[in-house]
Amino acid sequence: MSVSAERVRDIIESEKFKNLVKKRLKFSITLTIIILAVYFGFILSIAFYKEFLSIKIGEHITLGLPIGIGIIIFAWLLTGVYTRWANKDYDKAVRELRNEVLKN
Amino acid sequence: MDTIQTSIGQVNIASIIIFFLFVAVTLVITYWAAKKTKTTSEFYAADRSISGFQNGLALSGDYMSAASFLGIAGMVSLRGYDGLIYSIGFLVGWPLVMFLIAEPLRNLGKFTFADVLAYRLRQKPVRIASSVGSLMTITFYLIAQMVGAGSLITVLFGLPYEAAVVIVGVVMISYVLFGGMLATTWVQIIKAVLLLSGATLLVIMTLSHFAMNPINLFEQAAMKYKSVLEPGGFITNPWDAISLGLALILGTAGLPHILMRFFTVPDAKQARKSVFVATGFIGYFYILTFVIGFGAMVLVGQDVVSSFDKGGNMAALLLAESVGGQFFLGFIAAVAFATILAVVAGLTLSGASTLSHDLYVNVFKKGKTNEAGEVRVARIATLGIGVVAVLLGLIFKGQNVAFMVGLAFAIAASANFPSLLMSIMWKKFTTKGAVYSIITGALLAIILIILSPTVWVDIFKNETAIFPLKNPALISMSAAFIMGIIVSLFTKEPEAENMFEDEKLRTYLGIGAE
Repeated sequence: MSVSAERVRDIIESEKFKNLVKKRLKFSITLTIIILAVYFGFILSIAFYKEFLSIKIGEHITLGLPIGIGIIIFAWLLTGVYTRWANKDYDKAVRELRNEVLKN
Repeated sequence: MDTIQTSIGQVNIASIIIFFLFVAVTLVITYWAAKKTKTTSEFYAADRSISGFQNGLALSGDYMSAASFLGIAGMVSLRGYDGLIYSIGFLVGWPLVMFLIAEPLRNLGKFTFADVLAYRLRQKPVRIASSVGSLMTITFYLIAQMVGAGSLITVLFGLPYEAAVVIVGVVMISYVLFGGMLATTWVQIIKAVLLLSGATLLVIMTLSHFAMNPINLFEQAAMKYKSVLEPGGFITNPWDAISLGLALILGTAGLPHILMRFFTVPDAKQARKSVFVATGFIGYFYILTFVIGFGAMVLVGQDVVSSFDKGGNMAALLLAESVGGQFFLGFIAAVAFATILAVVAGLTLSGASTLSHDLYVNVFKKGKTNEAGEVRVARIATLGIGVVAVLLGLIFKGQNVAFMVGLAFAIAASANFPSLLMSIMWKKFTTKGAVYSIITGALLAIILIILSPTVWVDIFKNETAIFPLKNPALISMSAAFIMGIIVSLFTKEPEAENMFEDEKLRTYLGIGAE
């Protein structure tokens, strides 16, 4: 399917499209920063502050155990958050814009 | 010292039967797939007919190598908590693939990730450069897998190393050569299901010794071996930690055989679903390997585990025999073998697509070729890469190749990922910028790893390393980004800038996507 060059200009310069791109970048970059912060927080606490992860929360169980497993689950949940957002909000906006483009 | 009776290394009937069953079933699937594999889109991308869920399973099949199953379980059994650090790094790469790469890749590419770069940059230089990055990543990963396969099978079945490598090569080549992406995908799916259910079974049987409560297992481990539940001496230098972390998490987003899988689904929505499914299964699998490692530590004992293999690679298998007897050992061993087969098939297909689609068709033939011609070339390339993989497996027999997985991840993070991300995100990125970025990342990753403690001290037996970090990614990846930015700023490419606006329509709306 091809769209005329003029039409492409119009779409790309429309507020709607610009907002969509901005929204998408903002969302994915926010999530990227969150997961990087969690991961490097973990790695740096291993390098600098082992005592924290070694805190005993049971007779033998350490805090590091739920945190480590928790990061794995958190990473997965975060992909779920993104998928849900993209399927509901983002795809809807994309559909609207696509229809506009294809109308011509 | 703990002692244990084991049949590892002897011929295990159960193992042989299960393995032949796996090969037979996958070859039947290959026969079925071969009839549906005629066009390029069918050969490279299963005609984009794979669903998000199926692709998620196949992605996890591609990613869960025998190295991560046996290696991480072993590391946990000997080092306890420290083994978890690797798992977490490997897993955290996946959300990043989703947030930064998956959908633009699906919308912009056709068969290889170089398509994304070549979309608005000049075909020839950019494809040659990215092929170098891809092929280097694939080669090092293949060497590690083939050598691992040879030694694993020798230990498990008592088969000669050379025979094992040739068997892996022949079966894997048949999958890819005849069945293309469709057969490879189903091999990955079957293998993923086998590996996940085998590991689940192993965990259940292990926990039955601990009243089905993992807490009991961890407590007993802590009573038997001091401080295994605390981070130990694995990471002491924070720079080392950051560099390794970068290679693990961003390497995933630059592995050609993983990226290629995103072209097998029909659209961006299925692409994101596949990452969600893959992350779930891989995360679950890493939690299982953690429990398996601790199970081996308590039920088998660290002395026994390390007496079989210094790195602990036999931990999961020793545990399987201890909780489930010879038959269960045979089952887990066959699953490990199948795992290697599937991973090398995925690697071979992505290597073949780089050779045929990027280099032969788009560089050598300048895009002028017909369907049948390209599929034929892709098949010849498959054969070539398969033969090379077998030869590399034979050449590197007995060598310490553990560092090669790290190197493959470092090159993926330094050569492939920066150029891919910049071409998606940055309007002013130019052809020269891409080429310099890729070459810088790849060369630095290789040179620095040779000078690092991993090779310079551990393999060449020198006193001290010239480059202090065990993994080069921190330096090589940063250098690749900086090089790409500086060179792009000095070489304006108006055509590429203009194309970026058009590209947005495809990146964000999927309009015009293949």
